[in-house]
Amino acid sequence: MNCKKCHTKAVIGLPRHNAAFCKVCFNAFVREQVARAIKGERMFAPQDRILVAVSGGKDSLALWDILLKLGYKADALYVDLGIGGYSATSRKKAVQFAETVGASHQATLLTHTVQEEEGAGIRELAMLIHRPTCSACGTIKRYQFNRAAIAHHYDVMATGHNLDDEAARLLGNVLHWQEEYLDKQSPSLPASVEGFAKKVKPLYRLSEREVAAYAVLNRIDYIVEECPMAKGSKMLLYKEVLNRLETESPGTKQAFYCGFLEKQAKAQPAAASMAEKDQASLRPCSTCGQPTTAETCSYCKMMARAKTGSPR
Amino acid sequence: MKVQLSHPERLVEVKGPKRVKELLRDLNLVAEAHLVIRRDELVTEDEFLKDDDAVEIRPVISGGS
Ligand code: SF4
Ligand SMILES: [Zn+2]
Ligand SMILES: [Zn+2]
Repeated sequence: MNCKKCHTKAVIGLPRHNAAFCKVCFNAFVREQVARAIKGERMFAPQDRILVAVSGGKDSLALWDILLKLGYKADALYVDLGIGGYSATSRKKAVQFAETVGASHQATLLTHTVQEEEGAGIRELAMLIHRPTCSACGTIKRYQFNRAAIAHHYDVMATGHNLDDEAARLLGNVLHWQEEYLDKQSPSLPASVEGFAKKVKPLYRLSEREVAAYAVLNRIDYIVEECPMAKGSKMLLYKEVLNRLETESPGTKQAFYCGFLEKQAKAQPAAASMAEKDQASLRPCSTCGQPTTAETCSYCKMMARAKTGSPR
Repeated sequence: MKVQLSHPERLVEVKGPKRVKELLRDLNLVAEAHLVIRRDELVTEDEFLKDDDAVEIRPVISGGS
């Protein structure tokens, strides 16, 4: 297989683009796709300050790497969930990347340690409040990333969600007709109200395999091991199904997710209407002041329950 | 050839030479969910792996939110 652009030996074939690339041309392809996502979805401008949510995994570290190499001002936040060896290793990978690639671009890594700030690791917290670990984890991560972005005056928060993540989530939402979630599946969510940071997903045009290939080719040392809590998750099943379809008919994932985005863009002037809808229903949390639709935000409710140890 | 697999981590012995594409098929692995790495370098599906190659098949799919 030879590179479609320069005809030297290829290192990766991309069936959905009917292409194959050498390392140099693949890196150019990846940056092009990310640049196109940033521009097309009006994610941020060259002078904006970006906070990247990093986990030590391939997607978030690749995203941080790509943004820095594209010349953006991007710092990162790592949330240590306190899940034994998994957290220790993933933290080490994030710190190592920050000290090498990050430092050479004057970028810094912020950290939040759940065990210190919330008083227990995520598994213990979830047990205390009788909720699945991943749902408690989601609440804490969303809350802490938003808080850090607002407190340190970042213009936008970026996550490493790729095409597979978004297509799998869309499949799950469609299978259960969770229409209320479809609104939030845009790769660029506006800062809907004072106190909520803008959220973007610059990797949404790249498949998970492409992002992993970028990490391997550019010697990004990431944690290959999975979070032990992900085992048996519905997301994994949806991804597996989609990847079997993708292998048989290349382009399926992209057609599914990007087709949805196109339909959505036609159906509603999305960003504006959503911002208005949110603004109407959001108010400051009575405990912490972050925006919420209830009297107390879900994070503060969760932490209150964890203190008393009572469910709900 | 020695083939390193993950989830769970294990080493299997496969007779070479063999095309990457066939290796994945024999092991019942979906191409879209894996990368094949030989001595730190990615290899494309049409390439032949020799009997004395050390190969890693790395899963690329993660399940978190
Ligand atoms: S798998 Fe669950 S617990 Fe682990 S990082 Fe993802 S959401 Fe959190
Ligand atoms: Zn090339
Ligand atoms: Zn609150």
